Amino acid sequence: MTTIPGDDRYDITIRSAGLRRRRITEKAFAGLAVASALIAVGILALVLGTVIHKGLSQLSLDFFTKARPLFGESGGIADALVGSVLIVGMAMLMAIPVSILVAIFMSEYAGPRLSVALRIVLDVLNGVPAIVVGIFVFGLLVVGRGQSAIFGAFSLAVLMLPMVARATQEVLEIVPRSLREASLALGVTRWRTTVSVVLPTAIGGILTGVVIAVARVAGETAPLLFTSSIAANAISTDVTHALPTLPVAIFAFSESADPAEQAMGWAAALVLILFVLVLNIVAKLVASRQRRKSEGA
Amino acid sequence: MTSVGYDPAAPSPELERRGIRLGDVLFQGIAVAASVAATVLLGMIVYQVVSDAWPAIQEFGLAFVWTEAWDPVQDSYGALTFVYGTVVTSLIALLLATPLSIAIALFLTEIAPRRVAAPIATMVELLAAIPSVVLGLWGILVLGPWVRDTLEPWLQSFLGWIPLFSGEPSQAGMLPAALVLTIMIIPITSAICRELFARTPRDLMDGAMALGSTRWEAIRGVMFAYAAPGIAAAVLLGLGRAFGEAIAVNQVIGGANSINISLFAPADSLGSRIAAQYQGATSQLQASSILYLGAILMVISLVTNVIAQAIVTRFERSRRAY
Repeated sequence: MTTIPGDDRYDITIRSAGLRRRRITEKAFAGLAVASALIAVGILALVLGTVIHKGLSQLSLDFFTKARPLFGESGGIADALVGSVLIVGMAMLMAIPVSILVAIFMSEYAGPRLSVALRIVLDVLNGVPAIVVGIFVFGLLVVGRGQSAIFGAFSLAVLMLPMVARATQEVLEIVPRSLREASLALGVTRWRTTVSVVLPTAIGGILTGVVIAVARVAGETAPLLFTSSIAANAISTDVTHALPTLPVAIFAFSESADPAEQAMGWAAALVLILFVLVLNIVAKLVASRQRRKSEGA
Repeated sequence: MTSVGYDPAAPSPELERRGIRLGDVLFQGIAVAASVAATVLLGMIVYQVVSDAWPAIQEFGLAFVWTEAWDPVQDSYGALTFVYGTVVTSLIALLLATPLSIAIALFLTEIAPRRVAAPIATMVELLAAIPSVVLGLWGILVLGPWVRDTLEPWLQSFLGWIPLFSGEPSQAGMLPAALVLTIMIIPITSAICRELFARTPRDLMDGAMALGSTRWEAIRGVMFAYAAPGIAAAVLLGLGRAFGEAIAVNQVIGGANSINISLFAPADSLGSRIAAQYQGATSQLQASSILYLGAILMVISLVTNVIAQAIVTRFERSRRAY
C-alpha cells in the first residue's frame, strides 16, 4: 500500500481495474474497525463515569461503618460489606484447594485422553449459568434448612472451581518437563516434586487465575439470591444464617423507586466496581511479572 | 538433625522395597478424588435441577416449552413467553455484538500499533469485569430512560411500520435488555476473535498482500477463511453467556407474563423469571415450574457450550497439522 508520494507512475496497481473502489473499501474497513474499538471504550467510560459521578458524592465514613437504614434514616452498607467478605472468603477456602488438586491431576497424573475429558467437564461446568447454580444449591441444601451464608459460599465456590482449575492447569502444562525430571532424578518423590518444584514455578499464573475468579464471583448476584438474600439489615458474622451482600444490596436498590435508595445503589456499585477493577489490575500485574520472570529464566 | 543420615521423609523400608511410596499414593489419591468430585458436581447439578422440576415435567410434559402461560391463580404454567424473550434478546445482542467484536479484534491485531492496542485490549477486558448487577443498575437508571426518550422514538420514525418497532416507547423491555447483553458479550467474543486473528499464519497474510491484495482483501480472503470455525465458536460462547444472564436482564426487561411482538414492550427471559421468583412460590407446582425453566436454560446452555467446545477442539487439531 505504501507508495512514494507524487510518484504514482511507478505504482503498477494504479492502473488496475476498480482500484478506486478497493481503496474506498479499505478505508471504510479501517474506519469501521477504529469506530468499533472507540464504541467499546466509550461504553466502558460511560458506565464507569456514571457510577463514579453518581456514587462518589454518597461515600462517607458512615457509608462504610453503618448498616443499611430501615426507614429513611441515613446509613451505610457495612452489613453487606461484611457479608460479602465472609461469603467470598469461605468460597475461596472451598474452591481453591479442590481446583488446584484437579489441575494437578490433569497435568501430572492423567493421560491425554482423561485430561481432555476433564477439560471438557470443567468447560461445561464453567458454562452452566450462575442462576442455574443458584437453584441447584437451593434444591440441594437450602430447601428444608433455610438460607445460610455457607450455602451462598458453596454456590460461589461452584462457579470458581472451573475457572481456577482451568487457569491452574494451563500454567502447570507450561512448566518445563526438565524441571520435573531434574527433581525426580535427585530422588525426590513425585508428590514432593509437584508441591515444591512444579507449584512454586507456576505460582504467578495460579494467583492470576484465583484473583480473576474472585473478582468475578464477588459481583455475582444470581446464586446468592437463592442462598443468602433474605437477611436483616444488620451487621452480623453468623455464617449459619443468610447474610446481606453487596451484589444483592445493589440489586434491591436498583429495583427501588426511591431516589435516596438509588443513590445508595450507585455508591454500593462504586465500591463493588472499584474492588473488582483493582483485583483485575492486580491480576494483570502478577501475570506480567510472572511472564518477565519466566522469560528471564 | 539428631542422627546423621536421618530423613523424616524417607518411606518405610518395607514399602520402598515394593516400590510404593505412601506420600505419592496419598497425594495421587486426593488429586483423583478432587477430579471425581468436580465431575460428580456437574452430574449433581443436572440431576438436582431435573428432579426438582419433575412434578412440573409430569404435569405439563414437553408442551410446557411451547405453552404461553404464567398464571399463579389458575396454577397453569408454560415457558414460551420466557423462551421467546431469551431467544429474541440474545439474537439481537448477537447481531449487534458479532460485527463489533470482529471489528474490534481486527483493530487490535491489524490496525492499531502495539502501544495503542495493549491499553485498548485491557479496557475491552475490563468491560467484562463489570458485575452484571452494576450493568443492570446502569441499564435501568441511565440506559432505560435514554432508550425510551431517544432511541425508541428515533427507531419508530424510520421503522415504525415493522411490528417489532411499534407501540409505546418504554424504559423497560427487550430492546434495553438486548443492549445490555450486547455489552456483556462483546468482551468475550472479541477476546477469542483477537486470539484467532493473531494466530493466523503471517506468511499466508503476507503472501496475499504480496499478490496485490489490500489489507481488507487479505483479511477477508485469508484470515476469515482460517478463523471461520473459531469465530463460530466465539459467537456460540457469547450466545451461551447471553442465554444464561439473569440479573442484568431482570433489571431492565420489565417482567411481563405474555409475549408482545414489540421490542419496546416489557417481556421476560428464562433466567430473569427464575431470579424474580427467589422469594418463594405460591404453590408447589409453581416452584417446580420455575425449576423447569431452569432445566430448559441448563439444556440450552449445555448444548451451546458443547457445540462450541467441539468446534474449538476440531479447530485446534486441524490447525496443528498445518
